[in-house]
Amino acid sequence: MEIPYIVETRADTGLNNSKLGIWLFLASEVMLFGALFSTYIILRVGAPEWPHGELSVLFGTINTVILISSSVTMVMAWASLKMNEWAKHRMYLIVTILLASVFLVNKFFEYAEHVGKGELPSHDTFFAIYFTLTGLHGLHIVGGIVVMLYLLGPGAKLHKKNPEMFTNRIEATGLYWHFVDLVWIFLFPVLYLL
Amino acid sequence: MDNVTTHGSVAPGHAHDHAHDAHDDHHTELGFWRKYVFSVDHKVIGIQYAVTGLIFLLFGFTLMMIMRWQLAYPGRPIPLIGAWLGQDRAPMGIMLPEFYNQLGAMHGTIMVFLGVVPLAVGGFGNFVMPLQIGAPDMAFPKLNMVSYWVYFLGGVTMLASFFPTGGAAQSGWTSYPPLAVIAPGQTMWLVGMIFLITSSLLGSVNFIVTIVQLRAKGLTWMRLPFFVWAQLVTAFLLLLAFPPLEAAGVLQLMDRVAGTSFFMPSGLVVSGKPMMISGNGNPLLWQHLFWFLAHPEVYVLILPAFGIISEIIANNTRKPLWGYKTLVYAVVFLGFMSFVVWAHHMFMTGMGTTMSAFFQTTTMIISIPSVIVLTALLLSLWGASIRFNVPMLFALAFLPMFAIGGLTGLPLGLAPSDIHLHDTYYVIGHFHYVVAPGTIFALFGGVYYWFPKATGRQMNAALGYIHFWTSFICINLVFMPMFIQGLGGMNRRMYDGGAQYAHNAGLLKWNIVIGMAAWTLGLCQLPFIYNFFASIKWGKPVDKNPWEATTLEWSAPSPPGHGNFLTEPVVYRGPYEYSVPGAAKDFSPQFEA
Amino acid sequence: MHSDPAEIKKSIRTYMLVGAVLLVGTVITVAANQLHLEVPLAITVALIIATTKGSFVAAVFMHLSHEKKWIYGALLLTVAFFIVLMTVPFLTVNDNIGTPITVSAPEHAGH
Repeated sequence: MEIPYIVETRADTGLNNSKLGIWLFLASEVMLFGALFSTYIILRVGAPEWPHGELSVLFGTINTVILISSSVTMVMAWASLKMNEWAKHRMYLIVTILLASVFLVNKFFEYAEHVGKGELPSHDTFFAIYFTLTGLHGLHIVGGIVVMLYLLGPGAKLHKKNPEMFTNRIEATGLYWHFVDLVWIFLFPVLYLL
Repeated sequence: MDNVTTHGSVAPGHAHDHAHDAHDDHHTELGFWRKYVFSVDHKVIGIQYAVTGLIFLLFGFTLMMIMRWQLAYPGRPIPLIGAWLGQDRAPMGIMLPEFYNQLGAMHGTIMVFLGVVPLAVGGFGNFVMPLQIGAPDMAFPKLNMVSYWVYFLGGVTMLASFFPTGGAAQSGWTSYPPLAVIAPGQTMWLVGMIFLITSSLLGSVNFIVTIVQLRAKGLTWMRLPFFVWAQLVTAFLLLLAFPPLEAAGVLQLMDRVAGTSFFMPSGLVVSGKPMMISGNGNPLLWQHLFWFLAHPEVYVLILPAFGIISEIIANNTRKPLWGYKTLVYAVVFLGFMSFVVWAHHMFMTGMGTTMSAFFQTTTMIISIPSVIVLTALLLSLWGASIRFNVPMLFALAFLPMFAIGGLTGLPLGLAPSDIHLHDTYYVIGHFHYVVAPGTIFALFGGVYYWFPKATGRQMNAALGYIHFWTSFICINLVFMPMFIQGLGGMNRRMYDGGAQYAHNAGLLKWNIVIGMAAWTLGLCQLPFIYNFFASIKWGKPVDKNPWEATTLEWSAPSPPGHGNFLTEPVVYRGPYEYSVPGAAKDFSPQFEA
Repeated sequence: MHSDPAEIKKSIRTYMLVGAVLLVGTVITVAANQLHLEVPLAITVALIIATTKGSFVAAVFMHLSHEKKWIYGALLLTVAFFIVLMTVPFLTVNDNIGTPITVSAPEHAGH
């Protein structure tokens, strides 16, 4: 017996296995970041004063624009694939990876600036939660890039053998990527603006 | 050719199976490493989890046996192994307080995270659940394999943590800061926990997708064996409750190695010197994030046990379970409520009366579904033709033992009484009753019950009866006196057994009773260990359905081959159609037309 | 496999539109910050904008607007517990409701 519903959907649930799987994983990620947001609330409420203007709103805004754009290119990468436009799919996937990489480079420069000024996580609870939230988020970006590189590289061979399964993998990656974008949509105002 | 191995070998069903597996591999014989070590077969992985879990249970138990020596005879050299423990743990064989604390913290950690959950969920869940739903394997077999090995890595990390200078974690399994941040051993504990939590998260995704998507034809939700429902709710608990602890673990790790003050308040002075940290952290934040997981975790400990017990009771009463629907709604409700009771572990932290009232209320409410489950199982015995075989004895014992555990939880869940009982031996008695003669008895029952399916052989019944009766008597002698000690005001986690406090004077004698009972309990496991391994080779061979049970796993060969079922299973009726009026046999299996 | 190529083509316009909305939303968020509102109001405004943006990402990019019951169910559960995690620890740490406020504190000799 083969494992069913890897590609085709099960009638009563309307889902294939990986779609349900990735959403459940994202649910757990909501709780993971949720714990850190809860930490932020408790630390901020407990701090005698909470720093303002320590972070570069410019960098943050640019990164927000970059990530939103990468979400658009990611969904386009999936859509192109569904419309059998392989070249466009590859292009959009590459652009997504590039945008994600620029995001990371920006973050590196931001971090370097803070470290240079002695603003380490040990400096105060604001920087502690800033580095942790953005650091964990950044690790998720790295993870996303790794998966996208795989699907661009060796993983792309699956498209020949089982195009539907490959499309599902791109869709799952997209869902993950949009989630990463979604977290940043909250991170940015919370850390940079409020 | 020896078809029977410990790992549910590929051999028997292989000749009949002509389907390709999902990833288009050809059916070449797998090498030793792919077949028994890095297997993606849920049965092999289930057995790996089970055996590893049992070994960790034994190790965690041993740690406790050493602790109980110190508690019974404070300051006396530890017999047998005292000399080997070394100068930094037990100079001249006499246990140091630091080592006692390590034993305590690691006993809890190992039993909960390396022993019970891997056995109950990783072991039983992995092995039985796909068979019970008629699936060829889990939805994501490779992920399943990764889950096991990440758990293994976590376990190795935890064991290794005993060896560096300073020893293992020694701030309780609860790892409260600020102590946990400044005490030795905690860093490896945190790293180990991150591995274990990751393993659990990957596993829980797998379990949920498998149960939702891979049920056989005709297996509607209300025809699912209760064991599967229990595993489904458990998987949701793991999925949503573990991530906050993973986050908290990272935060505590940062407090330790990066000098942050997530949990470190301002003004801390350690050994006379003010700590040079930023401060403004909150130790209660750790407690919230920890207990947000750790409370659902205790339901992770009990739900698979409910599931196992239910299967065994239905089978050995030759009757349907009483109130199947009620049981299902009860555990779903229980799972939901388990997320909103956690701060009953924190009544003494100075929270205001409103929040205290909130948590007391939710805690009282959550006792209701537990009582419903217990009542339904008890009512299932009424008018039954009970077969008192070894699994059934463990299942029957579970009922009053869990009742004691559950009832003793009530004064802890109410703040006024908790004031006196918090952090005493009463708490230890309470939770051990639920986990030890509760869950662990259920797990023993499950081993005896499903051993034939996994190996094609039955465990020896005489040894089983000896194991049961001796364990049952000893385990009550271990934990019942703890209620007396707790009510008398004896605090937990004291390395001299409370001798330094005058009010404990009359309670100290119980430490000797408890110690004796604990060491005897250890000896009583020897028949089980021998039985387990010897029966693999010499147990009485059995066919598909030695217990004359109704659920799907008993339609597969014993042990099942690759792909589990010879033909695609179809389900025709509910899970517990025993003694159906007019039927030819006293059981009508789900899988027979 | 819930939509065929022709339907996807129509969705592309929506994706682009939502992308633009998100970028505008970002500008609004930064602009709102410049207003230097009172902290509680600032938090409310920021969260409203972020939630709106997030809903667009979820509904359109993640196709959540036409997903299946199991996904909705799992997410509903998650959102419920997320809210609990955000609010309850904070309330516990900040709970003064029911605690009487005494005007004069008794003298202590020390702890």
